[in-house]
Parts: sequence; C-alpha cells; structure tokens
Amino acid sequence: MIDKRVDTIDAALSGIEDGSTILVSGFGNAGSPIRLLEALIDQGAANLTIVSNNAGEGEFGLAALMKAGRVTKVICSYPRSAGSIIFEELYDQGKIELEVVPQGTLSERMRAAGAGIGGFFTPTSAGTLLGANKETREIEGKLHVLETPLKGDVALVKADVGDRWGNLTYNKSARNFGPTMAMAAKLTIAEVKTIKELGEISPEHVVTPGIFVDRVIKLREEQ
Amino acid sequence: MNTALNRKQIAWRIAQEIEEGSYVNLGIGMPEMVANYIPKDREIVFHSENGLLGMGPTPDKEQEDGDLINAGKKPVTLLEGGSYFSHTDSFAMIRGGHLDLCVLGAFQISESGDLANWATLNNSKPPGVGGAMDLAVGAKQVFVMTEHCTKDGQPKIMEHCSYPLTGTGVVNKIFTDLAVIDVTEEGLVVREKVVNITLGELQNKTAAVLFEPKVCELRAPIL
Repeated sequence: MIDKRVDTIDAALSGIEDGSTILVSGFGNAGSPIRLLEALIDQGAANLTIVSNNAGEGEFGLAALMKAGRVTKVICSYPRSAGSIIFEELYDQGKIELEVVPQGTLSERMRAAGAGIGGFFTPTSAGTLLGANKETREIEGKLHVLETPLKGDVALVKADVGDRWGNLTYNKSARNFGPTMAMAAKLTIAEVKTIKELGEISPEHVVTPGIFVDRVIKLREEQ
Repeated sequence: MNTALNRKQIAWRIAQEIEEGSYVNLGIGMPEMVANYIPKDREIVFHSENGLLGMGPTPDKEQEDGDLINAGKKPVTLLEGGSYFSHTDSFAMIRGGHLDLCVLGAFQISESGDLANWATLNNSKPPGVGGAMDLAVGAKQVFVMTEHCTKDGQPKIMEHCSYPLTGTGVVNKIFTDLAVIDVTEEGLVVREKVVNITLGELQNKTAAVLFEPKVCELRAPIL
C-alpha cells in the first residue's frame, strides 16, 4: 500500500544531507514551510543551498535556519524585504553567497528541472547584468538568454490538504512556488494542515498530483 | 505657481489610459495607486505575480488573510471570477505576452525605451530583482510612472541609462508629474505637458531630445 504520510517531523526530514540544495516554497510568509525549516535546524544538515523567492524575515523559519549557520548560499529573486535582517547581516559579513534570478526565470528553471527540459531561451534579463555571460540567441528578432534547469535535492513545500498518495491542494496565494518546486526535487516533503482519505480531494481539484510528492506530514498551524 | 501633478494625479492620468477589458499588472509601490482611479464603467482585471487574477482592494483589518497577499506582500482580496495559480502559470501569463499592460516605477528611462528600476550603483545592499525583468519584457505594453526628475533635480529620462538595466527597449509610454511622453522608433514624443511649463523648460529637465509635433495640455482633477 502506498502511504506517504509520516507521523513525525524527524521522519519527514530524515536523510537530508549536508551540502543539499533545498527548494523552499513561499512568497514572503505565504506558503513558507516555517515549521519544517525550523525542524531542519535540529535535523542538523549544514552547508545548504536554499532556493526560495525571498531570504527570510524576522528570526523564524528560513531566517532561523540561516542564523543557525546552516545556509551557505541563497538563490532567490528578491532577498530584501521588511525584516530580512538575518540575511542582510550574513551578506554584509560575507558569510552567505547570493545568486539573484528574475522571478519568472527562477520558477521556469525549476519547472524545466521537473519536466526534464535541458534548458530554455528567454528574453528576460537579456542585455542586463543578470544576463551577462550567458549564452544568447536571437529568436524572432529578439535577444534571448539560455537558462538551465534548477534542480533540488529536496523540496520543502507548504500545502493545505494532502492524502496518503501525496496529492496536494493549496490555500489562496500560498500556492505560489509549491507546485513547481514539488516537481523539481528528488525528495519532496509536503507540510499540510489537513490529511484526507483517498478520494476525498476531488480529482478535479488536485493541484499537485501525488507522483511529485514523497512525504506528507500534518502540522498544526504556526501560532 | 506649481502645476506639476502629484502622485495621485499621475495615477489618475494613467488610469484613464487603461482600456476596458485589459489584464493589468501594477508594479509594487507608486503604480499600485493606479487601481484607485480606474473609471467606474471599465472592467479591468488586475494580475499579481504571486498567483492572483482578479485582485481586489485592500480588506478591512479583520478580513486580512496571510495567505491572500499581493506582490508587495500586503493583504488583498479576490473579486468574484478571480483565480489562484502557481508561480509558473503566473509567469507564463507575464512572459507569454498575455498581460495587456504593466505599470512600473523607474530610476531611469532611456530614449530608446530602456528601463532601469531594480538596482542603483550603490552596492552596499544586496540586489533584488523580483519580477521586474519578466514584466518589463513580457507585458504587451509597459507604462512607466515616475517623477520627471530625481529628488535633487537630476533628469530621469536620458539618452542612455547609467544604472543597471531591467530591460532594453521595453517602455512604451512615460507618465511623469510634468508630461506624458511616447517612446517611438523616432525618439521621445511629448504628447501632453502641464500648462505652466514651457517646452524649453521641459527639455531642460530631460537629458534626451524631445520631439513635440503636437502637445496637448496634461490635466487631472484635484486629488
């Protein structure tokens, strides 16, 4: 019987190794798997590369993981936001590497990884600093840059409802990077608010089909 | 007498330009104000890059939902007919040319429509691009909303941008506190200017050649 449900955070995060690239869902705090990120501190993996739209805020979730010194590189579109103090401190001290990627390119590079596409040409960033040193091609009269797939060893995804096959739904704009990241990692771990029986999520409403998901853990909402 | 438009009036002027039935993305910050001035008889669908179509106004405090935010990470609402989707779909809308219009802020704009709005030459802060490069390249039309000059009186419209570019040749129309300017193959064409400034004065505040075949008065109600 397929059962991707796990009972403990330890079981959810087991096997994540030092040096992993971890895709972290969320746009600001909406859809950020805060509990899983904080549990990753206890799990112990270090020297991590984090792929996420933002670089954390306050001292919780992603920022807490950074503060614990586990993150050596961040790949994101927008590291600065109100309260991204921990990241900014580490960046100023030269303790964290930053790769800035346009938001759509970030998402599409992960989609490419998830879909087995070896790269794609896009006009986004062509002729700019972020497109410098990239292979270019003129397509239909427009300059494009070559972007390569961005694959995760692990994806930590916050969803809303899950089932034992790993089917997921999301809540409102907390969906953001979740579905794309779920397909782009070797090991996808989903945090959900509710677990339902098979069939209770209408097949018409499944957003992330279970094939993309390896583990599902039910966690209470953060207070 | 100072007849320059204030920011609300620039927003109002842009709103008049948006056609019925348009799908529109308003950049974070000043451009968000444009939504307040859409004529009541026009149905416009607002897109937010974090996965919303049919974005509605700011909710009352007690209706705020951390999972329902806009690209500026502020609480919003969703109108009837609205939808939620992933970042990959959202940026397919942007990059695939499905948005009719995007309104963006600017540090600098060049006479050939280059836009610089994501980074300055100050390297003390970590850079962040967000979705700006995708929007600049992908939307069918790009309007810029900006003050005509910087706070210390330097022109923001120039022959070539000195700040890092967001996109090359992407801007279609510039709305400032002093003028409405089209970016054309032939160069910058002034369509409207406020009444109490001469064309000579406007040219002096602009570091690129302005063409003036037929200039109308730029007016807005008191706001």
